[in-house]
Amino acid sequence: MSLYHKKRDVWTIITTVIFLFYLILLVLPLFTLLKESFVGGEGGRFSLNYFIEFFSKKYYYGSLINSLKVTVSVTLLSAILATPLAYIMTTFKIEGKIYLQILILISSMAPPFIGAYSWILLLGRNGVVTNFMNNVFHIQTPDIYGFTGILLVLTLQLTPLIYMYLMGALKSIDSSLLEAAESMGVTGIRKMWKVIIPLIMPTLLAGALLVFMRALADFGTPMLIGEGYQTVPVMIFNEFISEMGGDDGFAAAISVIVIIFALAVFLLQKYISNKKSFSMNALHPISEKQEKGLKNILAHIYVYGFIALAILPQLYVTYTAFLKTSGRIFVKGFSLDSFKLAFDRGGDAIYNTFMIGLSALVIVVTLAILIAYVTVRRKSTLTNGLDIITMIPYIVPGSVLGIALLLSFNSKPLLLSGTAFILVISFVIRRLPYTIRSSAAIMHQISPSIEEASISLGASNLKTFFKITLPMMLPGVISGAILSWVTIISELSTSIILYTAKTKTMTIAIYTEVIRGNYGTAAALATILSIVTIISLLIFFKLTGKKEITL
Amino acid sequence: MSINIKIRDLVKKYNNNTVISSISLDIKQGEFFTLLGPSGCGKTTLLRMIAGFNSIEGGQIYFNDEVINDKSPQNRNIGMVFQNYAIFPHLNVKQNVAFGLTNRKIPKPEIESRVDKILQTVQIGDFKDRLPENLSGGQQQRVALARAIVIEPDVLLMDEPLSNLDAKLRVDMRNAIKEIQKEVGITTVYVTHDQEEAMAVSDRIAVMNSGVIQHIGTPQNIYHRPANVFVATFIGRTNIIERELSIINGKTVLKLDENYQVEMDKIVPTNKEVNQLPVKVSIRPEEFVITDSSDGMSAIVISNMFLGVNTHYIVRLSNGEQVEITQESSLDEILDPGTKICLKVKKEKINLFDYESEMNITEGVVNDVALS
Repeated sequence: MSLYHKKRDVWTIITTVIFLFYLILLVLPLFTLLKESFVGGEGGRFSLNYFIEFFSKKYYYGSLINSLKVTVSVTLLSAILATPLAYIMTTFKIEGKIYLQILILISSMAPPFIGAYSWILLLGRNGVVTNFMNNVFHIQTPDIYGFTGILLVLTLQLTPLIYMYLMGALKSIDSSLLEAAESMGVTGIRKMWKVIIPLIMPTLLAGALLVFMRALADFGTPMLIGEGYQTVPVMIFNEFISEMGGDDGFAAAISVIVIIFALAVFLLQKYISNKKSFSMNALHPISEKQEKGLKNILAHIYVYGFIALAILPQLYVTYTAFLKTSGRIFVKGFSLDSFKLAFDRGGDAIYNTFMIGLSALVIVVTLAILIAYVTVRRKSTLTNGLDIITMIPYIVPGSVLGIALLLSFNSKPLLLSGTAFILVISFVIRRLPYTIRSSAAIMHQISPSIEEASISLGASNLKTFFKITLPMMLPGVISGAILSWVTIISELSTSIILYTAKTKTMTIAIYTEVIRGNYGTAAALATILSIVTIISLLIFFKLTGKKEITL
Repeated sequence: MSINIKIRDLVKKYNNNTVISSISLDIKQGEFFTLLGPSGCGKTTLLRMIAGFNSIEGGQIYFNDEVINDKSPQNRNIGMVFQNYAIFPHLNVKQNVAFGLTNRKIPKPEIESRVDKILQTVQIGDFKDRLPENLSGGQQQRVALARAIVIEPDVLLMDEPLSNLDAKLRVDMRNAIKEIQKEVGITTVYVTHDQEEAMAVSDRIAVMNSGVIQHIGTPQNIYHRPANVFVATFIGRTNIIERELSIINGKTVLKLDENYQVEMDKIVPTNKEVNQLPVKVSIRPEEFVITDSSDGMSAIVISNMFLGVNTHYIVRLSNGEQVEITQESSLDEILDPGTKICLKVKKEKINLFDYESEMNITEGVVNDVALS
């Protein structure tokens, strides 16, 4: 009986409120989406028309196959590239390692479509490299548009994600495990295959899942560089937005198919990784070694080569931002005109990005702390439900969430479409799964007896939370929040669906300038975005005292 | 301000799994009372019920005459020391110790003086501005103790406070805890699985197993006259051998071997009708005596182990049973394996248990479980 009393404290109220928030702002929209997808019949009756249409026209199901091809290829390639990268960065002494790690991070934090646009500038039909090769060597460079381009851009963009996951996993391998393997005669490549890969496999799978979801949901890259090669997010966008014959119900049906697809992959991954899961804790982490000769040279070439490719698009965009422009084309010489134009045309967008981004961030941090606390400390049916519900956005692509929110809140009493608030909500919902995860991880490290000590000393439950638990969580939560912030300001796929002229953000401004062909302004805005990102990351490093990020 | 604790028919259930079925006991004012038992016996559960961190599914806990079942831990006025110390890592030593006082709306100057005084008592006054990460295990332990007693709690609860310390420090700290507890005179409930530690610090010990209290008594009583076979084997080392107790001519005789029997005059009268009673006999290693005379149990040394003060032997009795014996080390040669020896027992020290109930049938058992 006293148990019952104790559980109905202020935390129950907080949990219930957050639960309702999710019911209204996530579950309801997803149900609306589901409903819309099934009402293709005459007079809004239940029918499978949309689904039948989808699977009977190659134009539609072909996009799904395209998405599948892109996503699987990107995931595999990223895993293949990231594993040696992480292994070398952990075990080899690499010159300038600290800077390389920061560069890898920066390269992964920019919106992918900026990479796509930059690669077009470099390798596109009229690209700098293309023209150079053509004019000087008379060599036809391979076509960058379509599948190849998407694969190139997304792989370079997402490999760092798996890399960061793997760096964390490699840190938790105790060097004695490797020494034990060596003492039994397992060395070199065999050691990598027989010992290291199996040990980091659970993390590799987790990272691969994240990359899969990102690649599946990415809208900007295929939109810019895909040309005729249409993937699902592009198709959803076209179906939903296109001014002639945009069809909400059909877009909803495609969304449902994508969610089912993503869910299947998610469950498959969970099934596999549950079988392989174990926990490790390194007393003596692997330390880096100075290698000699060819091995050393190859390792350096691999690391520097990858990072050069990964950072190249951003560098080139930044470079073009300082070029003189005449109308839409770059001319000889340097100037700051592009920046002037960027502030003129994109000033609102910069302001919106900060206002919307920071509001979302405050809510994300507050909710993440509260949710992490209740799901770790106050386990109950309600908090378990909350734990599951908050993770749903993980498998819902951004454009799908955007459509779901629009369809649900485009009429009274909850008329939110067109407001900045709906953008804030979408950012909060999409970002929370990650921030909750990292906050919950911190929460798990705080022993419950610390809180009991506070309570035994007469502090109330709330006082214990604010005086003891929160201050202990805060450093970790803040560093997580900065990463959230960086992700929020580079978000495109949801905001492209939800924005209006008044709530345009920087990524949308960059995107529209690129579409219009105003490359100078786009480059200047992209540079500003990069600078904000870099400053945020520097604050992160300063606050955490770390020189890298492991996920 | 120090109080007595009365526990009546206390029940703890996790869902349908009963962990503590019905415990009753009395803890006296100012007493150092220890809950001792193997891991999983329910001792920490019981302590946390007294603290208020575990719910109570039945029975009552009284502080003096007040039932505190439904009082929240904040209002029970307890001081608690945790196994992992639970020092607040973001507060320095002084802030940690003052934390409880600030919750009690005590004026600042008084907080200052009380914190200073207690830090002197636990001898860490020099570290008061340090953060916990800069303290050793023993120092953190002292902070935890100071923080718990500075609020002048009615009861001090300690959950395996020494188990994270190394062996030498553990001995130092247990002496310190005992001294400080005496000085402050506070009713203390202490949980440990280490029987030596329990005997060293406690006024009385409750030995628990499977959620049931087996024996409550002073350390000496529990060691010398354990209430049942479990207590005999859990506290110290002992040999349990099965024998028969016969009543011959009104005398109670324990036959240990064909040519060695001892008269047991301090047996609680059991069933007088039978004159043959199967018993379990607990003989501690030091309760054997190696004798030169031939009227003892014959045995053969299997192995020996020299441990400084004592020398241990494993020997085989004539019926094949193996027992462990301890002798004070002498300057003579250690007995080699294969040596034939003759053994007697210190009959006033050994304990006899009923074969079925495993309860001690020797006179002199003091078990406060029965009283309460």
